[in-house]
Amino acid sequence: MQIPIETFRLDNGLFVTLSEDHTAPIVAVNLWYHVGSANERAGRTGFAHLFEHMLFQGSASVGANEHFELVQRAGGTLNGSTWLDRTNYYETVPSNQLELALWLEANRMGYLLPAMTQQKLDTQRDVVQNERRWSMDNQPYGSWWERLPALCYPPNHPFHHSLIGSMRDLDAASLEDIEQFFTTYYTPDNAVLSIAGDFDRVEAKRLVERHFGPIPRGAGKPPLPDMTLPPTFGGALREVVPDDVVLPRLFLAFRSPVFGSDDYYVASVCGAILGLKKGSRLHRRLVREEQIAAEAQSFTYDLTKGSDLLVLDVTGRPETSPEALERAVGDEVDRLRDGGVTAEEVARAVTLIETELIVSLQSAGDRADKLSLFATYFGDPSLVNTQAARYRDVTPERVNAFARTRLGADNRASLLYVPRESETTTASRELAEAGAR
Amino acid sequence: MSATMTTTSGPAPRPTPTEPRSYHFPAFERRTLPNGMRLLVAPVSKLPLVSITAVVDAGASVEREGEDGVATLTAQLLLEGAGGLDGAALTDRFERIGTSVDAHADWDAATVSLTVLAERLPDALALVRDLLRTPEFPDREVARLKDERLAELLQLRAEPGALADEQFARAVYAPTARYATLAGGNATSVRAMTRDVVRDFYDERYRPSTTTLVFAGDVSVERAEALTRELFGDWHGVAGPTSARAVDASPPTRIVRVVAKTDAPQSELRVGHAGLPRRHPDYFDATVMNAVLGGLFSSRINLNLREVHGYTYGAFSAFEWRRAAGPFVIQTAVKSDVTGAAVREILHEIERMRSAEISTDELTLATSYLDGVFPIRYETTSAIATALSNLVIHDLPERFYDEYRARVRGVTTEGVLRAAQRHLHPDRLHIVVVGDPAVVVTPLADIHGAPVDVVTPDGTEVAA
Repeated sequence: MQIPIETFRLDNGLFVTLSEDHTAPIVAVNLWYHVGSANERAGRTGFAHLFEHMLFQGSASVGANEHFELVQRAGGTLNGSTWLDRTNYYETVPSNQLELALWLEANRMGYLLPAMTQQKLDTQRDVVQNERRWSMDNQPYGSWWERLPALCYPPNHPFHHSLIGSMRDLDAASLEDIEQFFTTYYTPDNAVLSIAGDFDRVEAKRLVERHFGPIPRGAGKPPLPDMTLPPTFGGALREVVPDDVVLPRLFLAFRSPVFGSDDYYVASVCGAILGLKKGSRLHRRLVREEQIAAEAQSFTYDLTKGSDLLVLDVTGRPETSPEALERAVGDEVDRLRDGGVTAEEVARAVTLIETELIVSLQSAGDRADKLSLFATYFGDPSLVNTQAARYRDVTPERVNAFARTRLGADNRASLLYVPRESETTTASRELAEAGAR
Repeated sequence: MSATMTTTSGPAPRPTPTEPRSYHFPAFERRTLPNGMRLLVAPVSKLPLVSITAVVDAGASVEREGEDGVATLTAQLLLEGAGGLDGAALTDRFERIGTSVDAHADWDAATVSLTVLAERLPDALALVRDLLRTPEFPDREVARLKDERLAELLQLRAEPGALADEQFARAVYAPTARYATLAGGNATSVRAMTRDVVRDFYDERYRPSTTTLVFAGDVSVERAEALTRELFGDWHGVAGPTSARAVDASPPTRIVRVVAKTDAPQSELRVGHAGLPRRHPDYFDATVMNAVLGGLFSSRINLNLREVHGYTYGAFSAFEWRRAAGPFVIQTAVKSDVTGAAVREILHEIERMRSAEISTDELTLATSYLDGVFPIRYETTSAIATALSNLVIHDLPERFYDEYRARVRGVTTEGVLRAAQRHLHPDRLHIVVVGDPAVVVTPLADIHGAPVDVVTPDGTEVAA
């Protein structure tokens, strides 16, 4: 599976990638800014994400609630998201509305500040604080979002602090912060623009030049501190969190090779053998056979600097003690590390991942996002066409070598959610009652 | 802003769209096998992928009294042993060809679906044949899935959003209505489930005449038909009679209920009542009306609660379309101390929707969005398969997707007002709040003009 890719760079540094596909009259426009929560200064946790919200509040030629309205009126979908090391903005529109999408993105890249007001900032601060309550504070296990990175990255490391931000830091964000952040990071030379779908190349280039060309280059961004970390934690890390939950849940994280490195693909396959879908070891052993877990999965953060994280996420059954759950998952990791993996297990994982890669290229929006990803991190969007081959290069020997060096007791961070006393009592009482019926 | 930016290099004027290119929902064909099994095939050759969905008339709404949850359990158990393979071996077979299969039941159907590389379609379909025709329902797996469901129900008590949904359904429907409890069943009904009940449900409901196989992707009609004939041609058996369960709404007086979650930083809110069946003649008017009210980001409710007041991260409304009248619900999560204010704004927006026509601007925002976004909805083979499955489940007109965009564009401001007046009922808008009773009970009682119910997460009444 190869998708066509063309790239060029404007004089102001904006890197542009194009990928044509005329099967449907749809086009996706996708912008990645190479800035995320890692770039936040002390006392301003959550600012990169709050700033993302402000980019939907209008710009010089776009009214307060107009950004969403114009795209939706055009028959398009849109959103944005913030991650530790990047922020993206995207819309998929009928192909005859390509220029609208480019104009909207260019208008806020070039001319955002005239539209910023204290009232808009105050409202979005409220919205984001409600987002925090909704996704974390009022969700069972919700705090894992900030507890896991805090446990796994040392204090002062750019990935250590909360992405959504503390209520206090959000309260402190000011219009001056907005101006400074915008001027520093929201510049064409710190961004990648991808267009995928039904468009004419010559016309698209003309439109990109017309709308983004006049925006001046930035003055450069301050470098991030050294992000390098040793390959392991150098010991076992552990945090136990009593929460308003009825089932125990374990996040077991390992420092792992950064996204894009050869060993990243090995780590990813190892993670898939342990936790991708129902044929994985954790699901088969703990959910199906021993029946001590209700769910099991694995994932990676896909970070390109310092260290990535490979995470196993296992939720226990009501009658399983948190400690037993933790022990059982640890035993499975030991078993893999000591006994190695089979060629069949590697083949299962790689085949599943390959199908997922192709499925993810079906929509224009996903294509554009992948192009932006590889262009932002590696300056080379055509890497999207090499991913399947890199997974196919993974062998059982390489997975075993990875497991030996990275899955040992010196590289495990255990974040364990345990039901608060009252919840445990209630749950077991209810189980007993249900049993009696 | 850089000092070099001058008016000569300022922003370009707002662009106008070029001529739209035409779009057609993928053409599909129907076939019927002699045994009554039906096929819908939409050849789409963009990528070497095929999505298949088997739609079986075996949803929760045809369960017998006292067997709530059997549809869900039966669908899940298809994957736990079939054709001489146990669950682990079946899982392995699917995953080795790069796919994983989903089997579940909702209110109106059971579905078995997957997406696979086109070259592996015959292998995948042979496995789907085993699931549908020769499931084994091993005792051990029946017991395990029951236990997993009970764990899920316990877990639900800790999830404010899920809890609000559950309690909202209880408020909207009469206690005897099937829709009043979860599609997957409650602890009592799940605990009572046996292998025989599952087996009987399967025998009666999973038959060739109740099954439609949908294909979308890189496959021809001829090939899909040949494969299906080969694998399902000798499947026989007659489906048992069905009678859909009652789904009566609760009495038409407002219920205001607080599910107590002490110290909750936020209130999960549900406001609504029974809505419309999917095949109601007002479907398009109601869809556009809902888009303006709370279906879009730029809808009245979201702009009011989020962008004007900052009460919430998001608020939206929806008709849940089922064969019978599913709920109409407005849902949001708001900071605890503005719960009363948020409810007042929601009630106000409902009144406003019913009292005057919307502006032409609001109408065209909704209709041009629903019209324009239509091709974007069907970019993937699985989305096309799901759309065709809905055609089957709801027995929609053959040209439904071809006519969808014109029907949306045909909705008028008068039609929207009519839909609001007919289908929004302020007097029986039930209000369910999962939140801190110390903060929310008083403002809600003020709005209600009467005491409100306070219950614990398991539904037990608490003295207020």
